[in-house]
Amino acid sequence: MDYFFELFLGGLTRGSIYALIALGYTMVYGIIELINFAHGEIYMIGAFTGLIVISVLTFMGWPTLAIIVMAALIAMIYSAAYGFTIEKIAYKPLRGSQRLSALISAIGMSLFLQNYVLLAQTSNFLPYPNLIPEWEWLKPYAHIVRPTEIVLYISTALVMVALTYLIKFTRMGKAMRAVAQDQEMSMLVGVDVNRVISFTFIVGSAIAALGGVLVMSHIGQINFYVGFIAGIKAFVAAVLGGIGSMPGAVLGSLVLGWTESFFTGYISSDYEDVFAFVFLVLILIFRPAGLLGRSDTDKV
Amino acid sequence: MMSLQEIKKSFLVSLWFMFLTFPIMVIKVNTIEQTIDWRWWRMAGVGLGAFCLSFVWRYAMARKEAGKKKAEDDNIVKVPLFQRLLSDRRFTIPGLVTSVALVVIFPFVFSWYQTGILITALIYVVVGLGLNIVVGLAGLLDLGYVAFYAVGAYSYALLNYHFGVTFWMALPIGGLLAMIFGILLGFPVLRLRGDYLAIVTLGFGEIIRLVLENWNEFSFGPSGIANIPKPGLFGLKLSLQESTIYLYFLMIGLALMTIFVVRRLQDSRIGRAWIALREDEVACQAMGIDKTRTKLSAFALGATWAGMGGVVFAAKTAFINPASFTIWESVIILCVVVLGGMGSILGVIIGALILILLPEYLRAFSEYRMLVFGALLVVMMVFRPGGIISGVRRIYHFEEPQQSTDNQKA
Repeated sequence: MDYFFELFLGGLTRGSIYALIALGYTMVYGIIELINFAHGEIYMIGAFTGLIVISVLTFMGWPTLAIIVMAALIAMIYSAAYGFTIEKIAYKPLRGSQRLSALISAIGMSLFLQNYVLLAQTSNFLPYPNLIPEWEWLKPYAHIVRPTEIVLYISTALVMVALTYLIKFTRMGKAMRAVAQDQEMSMLVGVDVNRVISFTFIVGSAIAALGGVLVMSHIGQINFYVGFIAGIKAFVAAVLGGIGSMPGAVLGSLVLGWTESFFTGYISSDYEDVFAFVFLVLILIFRPAGLLGRSDTDKV
Repeated sequence: MMSLQEIKKSFLVSLWFMFLTFPIMVIKVNTIEQTIDWRWWRMAGVGLGAFCLSFVWRYAMARKEAGKKKAEDDNIVKVPLFQRLLSDRRFTIPGLVTSVALVVIFPFVFSWYQTGILITALIYVVVGLGLNIVVGLAGLLDLGYVAFYAVGAYSYALLNYHFGVTFWMALPIGGLLAMIFGILLGFPVLRLRGDYLAIVTLGFGEIIRLVLENWNEFSFGPSGIANIPKPGLFGLKLSLQESTIYLYFLMIGLALMTIFVVRRLQDSRIGRAWIALREDEVACQAMGIDKTRTKLSAFALGATWAGMGGVVFAAKTAFINPASFTIWESVIILCVVVLGGMGSILGVIIGALILILLPEYLRAFSEYRMLVFGALLVVMMVFRPGGIISGVRRIYHFEEPQQSTDNQKA
């Protein structure tokens, strides 16, 4: 039972990691139907910015708590700025042309950002300091769950609540839902579509940056390539849950996290990713629009 | 032309980019020695570069907009200069003759290293044309195309290792096996559309690669298979250079055959069914086209070319391991198709040559080449979203008969 609990929490950790990235994917997809390949890179840039801030502030001798808050904040601001700029440069001019062109543009951006960080920083793995202190009351359970993981769960839950509030109850959220349903129609009723899309990119990127800082302090190291793999996995999770749906993204992430965790724990660790993908294919065969996705009927 | 307002705008852009690149470009932390490197001169470079580039960007954007407007006003389909030249008989024949001559003398003029690069490019031409059937004609986004390429390469390598099967036997077998895999993948994904299809194919590609990586008894795992023989020529012993030249001509032949087949397919009944399926699935079914058969045939035929490309790839490199078949490979092949212009044969050829040769010759800038490559993809798509040669839709022109006035004159 203890082992089961350990695997369960491990899966929850993975799921939370995927969820923080998948949310950005699914938000962007919901609004402009673009697989934002560069999203994983934004996550990586957020984590790198966090590392730089942590190092500089540690050097200047700030207190630990202030460093954590500042690192997460600055990383989120910078990632949001990157997301905003990328949308303006690589996606906005392509609105209205073939969807595949926008996808290639996104791939190009992803390649560019990876190499930008590689050249400006380093290609080596850098150690990522874990600043979240060990809590006394958690010590007996240290082999099952670490404080970083608990912070990760809480952050994911908070982000989820905040996003739900944003989408359901604010003016901007209303505008976002309108644009997702019908871009032209919402333009006609006076929604500034460009602003809504920019806002979506900013929010999605900021969430990814928060995820980046937390995940890297959990894992303990970083290099320029971490975004790509995490991005692919998160995208799988988003599709699993039904892309475009936010509860779907979180559910898909958790399901993916748990399947991976239990499979590795009980069966074999070699074929972990194979199992994740087979699982995805199976779910999509029986539910072609994902777990919570709506299946639209075609009209001619 | 350069008004004060524009300068102000560019100044703001450069300020924004200086802010944006500040932490990553300027600060470098040495976590082991606990020192911080401040590289302020880089910030000045970014600012200056962004300032200049923003002018270029705005100018190019304005030209693109103007061109779009003009095309709308004139209400004619503007055919680019290059395509007009191609359709002109006076240029086609000399052009064809020169390119044939170039292709024939190439391996004898340039070193065998250069020939090797060109062989790689030709493999991508063949594989790209195969993917073009799936993505360009049938409109099914396939992100795991490399799986079929891997099937081809491994079937040659393994059959040769265990049974001593020669290249010429393996070429059709590899194609056939890949075709079977294409149908196997095709069946479950028939119901999926758009990006769900993309992600399932991506998953399929990863499954194949991970199985190859982990199933040591079958595929020798990450260490791969070495000493794969090059194709033989009626039992003659060929030196390394001669066999490269031989492989080169063989590849030219395979590419020509692919072009021929794809061209014939495009205008055939099944080809038109693919295009109809791409344009509108429901309307296409209403016209009595069997969706299942059409989709499966697209997957199967696309996979066949990838399989044959894989066999040649294994023969060329003489060593394969799962690392050659990552998702990036799929992405590059997809870029070949989209960059060149979806659905256009010439476009795919040009796309393959650019995408394979450019990084090779950018080696001079070694570490910057992938950066430049990524930027080029973005710029290319922003300014020519239809690819280099956008497929021109066949349009029938109906002109008002002017016979009556002519008769009166006569």
